Amino acid sequence: MEIPYTVEPRPDSGLANGKLGIWLFLASEVMLFGALFSTYILLRVGAIEWPHGELSILLGGINTVILIASSVTMVLAWAQLKMNNFSRGRMFLLITIVLATIFLVNKYFEYAEHFGKGEGPWHSTFFAIYFTLTGLHGLHIIGGIVVMAYLAGPGAGLWKRNPDQFTNRVEYTGLYWHFVDLVWIFLFPVLYLL
Amino acid sequence: MDTTATGTAHGHVHAHEHDHAHHEELGFWRKYVFSLDHKVIGVQYAITGLLFLLFGFTLMMVMRFQLAYPGHPIPFIGSLFGPENAPNGVLLPEFYNQLGAMHGTIMVFLGVVPLAVGGFGNFVMPLQIGAPDMAFPKLNMMSYWVYFCGGVTMFASFFMTGGAAQSGWTSYPPLAVIAPGQTMWLFGMIFLITSSLLGSVNFIVTIVQLRAKGLSYMRLPFFVWAQLVTSFLLLLAFPPLEAAGVLQLMDRLAGTSFFLPSGLVVSGKPLTVAGGGNPLLWQHLFWFLAHPEVYVLILPAMGIVSEIIANNTRKPLWGYKALVYAAVFLGFMSFIVWAHHMFMTGMGTTISAFFQTTTMIISIPSVIILTAMLLSLWGASIRFTTPMLFALAFLPMFGIGGLTGLPLGLAPSDIHLHDTYYVIGHFHYVVAPGTIFALFGGVYYWFPKATGRMMNETLGKIHFWVSFVAINFIFMPMFIQGLGGMNRRMYDGGMQYAHNAGLLKWNIVIGIAAWTLGLAQLPFILNFFGSMKWGRLVGKNPWDATTLEWSAPSPPGHGNFVTEPIVYRGPYEYSVPGAAADFTPQFEPERA
Repeated sequence: MEIPYTVEPRPDSGLANGKLGIWLFLASEVMLFGALFSTYILLRVGAIEWPHGELSILLGGINTVILIASSVTMVLAWAQLKMNNFSRGRMFLLITIVLATIFLVNKYFEYAEHFGKGEGPWHSTFFAIYFTLTGLHGLHIIGGIVVMAYLAGPGAGLWKRNPDQFTNRVEYTGLYWHFVDLVWIFLFPVLYLL
Repeated sequence: MDTTATGTAHGHVHAHEHDHAHHEELGFWRKYVFSLDHKVIGVQYAITGLLFLLFGFTLMMVMRFQLAYPGHPIPFIGSLFGPENAPNGVLLPEFYNQLGAMHGTIMVFLGVVPLAVGGFGNFVMPLQIGAPDMAFPKLNMMSYWVYFCGGVTMFASFFMTGGAAQSGWTSYPPLAVIAPGQTMWLFGMIFLITSSLLGSVNFIVTIVQLRAKGLSYMRLPFFVWAQLVTSFLLLLAFPPLEAAGVLQLMDRLAGTSFFLPSGLVVSGKPLTVAGGGNPLLWQHLFWFLAHPEVYVLILPAMGIVSEIIANNTRKPLWGYKALVYAAVFLGFMSFIVWAHHMFMTGMGTTISAFFQTTTMIISIPSVIILTAMLLSLWGASIRFTTPMLFALAFLPMFGIGGLTGLPLGLAPSDIHLHDTYYVIGHFHYVVAPGTIFALFGGVYYWFPKATGRMMNETLGKIHFWVSFVAINFIFMPMFIQGLGGMNRRMYDGGMQYAHNAGLLKWNIVIGIAAWTLGLAQLPFILNFFGSMKWGRLVGKNPWDATTLEWSAPSPPGHGNFVTEPIVYRGPYEYSVPGAAADFTPQFEPERA
């Protein structure tokens, strides 16, 4: 029994199964983060005063640059695989993992500083939504690292058996990764700047 | 030449043997427990769902004793609950609240949805579209097991210190944030939401990508359309509740105040939290899911009923296209009606006016669907089989449930009816004699496909008629109680209120009817398991039906179809003038 359209696109929809699947998944993610951003708006308009300048714009800015760079290396990984260049594709995948890890380390220092000052999520609604949003985003980063590590490590054997399917998997992971990046592009101004 | 032919034949035989051996390699665990086959997963979902329906209903039968005879010890099973929940067999108010909250949660999230979507959707949908399996079989297996973990978490919460959740299935804060038991509920919900999410992605991809040759969208059986719209609702409406669940967990575990306003006083002591939160935020996020959830409960039921009606009237469904467009519109509108659950929160007349308008608009597609099904009966010579009886009962029951919803959708009348037994009667008419009857119909209808055997008609008819009478004696008196102003969620029914004096006697009627309904399920249970062993053996198409699932063997093997199915026509070509039989299946080639 073969399930059709796992690799090649179905003519009438123009999509392979996985690609449609990842787009639907991202749609649900939009609703998840959309609900949290709505929460942020509701809490903020309902607050008597809203704190400003609590977060380090420098650290946040560096992390923004890192994530954008990781999105670029993710695309390069896919492009190299499309050009049938496995080793360079894998290299870019590994660079993406490294960048994502640097992002998390950076985030750890930010978190540690706030916890050190007693500014945990219980401190105020601002820190509550800050930790919830960035924490959930951080979990998404970790999820991305796990998938990329699988593709660069134990999952890489698929390249020999079915290079098209492997390239597709990197593409779908990339779509997810760009989404995670995009969420941060919204989080940075909303939490750090406004 | 000769040797080549022998070689090929030999190779073929060898390949066949190998194939056969491969099937036998699947041990018990991979075949029945961690199966990747959509049919096995569908049956797993269905049986787990049915068990949870029984469990959730049992909770209510216990509560109904307390309401009918407040303060009396529960006979037979009262001692089972332990002295901390029911000393001397008399329910404590806290335990009553746990039963109420868990009844709602279990019926909706662990019973009806898993049975309607996970069970019927998984089993029937790929067969109806001519697919070998779901698009992502491993994801499908994972959906079931994540759901199972959610079920175990919910069930286990009864045995934790502090017991199960007791703030209602709606879990409104601030009560839900400070009451015991809620943390397990939230973890359980996160499991269930994740499972629904994985499932809905899988369903949509399967329907879009794996339709058989010739099966265009307008040739899909209405059941598949219903599942498609349902999946979109699950996909897009559940994440906000997941977000809300995370926020409530943060409130409980990390000490945040998302839902706790400043200056909250509990039992005479001010709460030591930062405050600044908003309890209404939870209600918005909750109902943003929970209103589409209503359509998640009803759409698959409508899908099942339409299949059964077309088959047993031996006529095409009346207005197939209208049904499809109405279902899609219904799905879309269901996202913008949620705040009609919140007219009493003081959110303002402007917002109320908006949500009243959308609520009145959403009743139009529901009426279209119900009307189309009703008109399908016109002039038919109906076969009164057991599934058809359940499908026929669905129509007036859903009609009563829907029409009694109109006064609740208008803010002025809702002010009187809000939080009374009228509301309970209203939504139970939609979900219990509506959806659950449709689901029973579906079990009787597709049982021969799943097992290769018919269910017993006599037992089925006993099951139907007793259930039908009993269930109306449960929910019809609730309208009387509710119109009289009797509040829901009262431990003793609200004995201290003078206006309830004449209404409490109905609780005895409702109680007796509920226990009768419980007894009426015995023939079903007997029939379900007995027919697996002793039911009449049937062929591929025992109901003379037209859709694709009836071209596969009963039960279908791994991969479903013996030959690749090709579709030649619409789904409901019954009694076509000039045709050889009174049904022309989708898979029957045109004759030259």
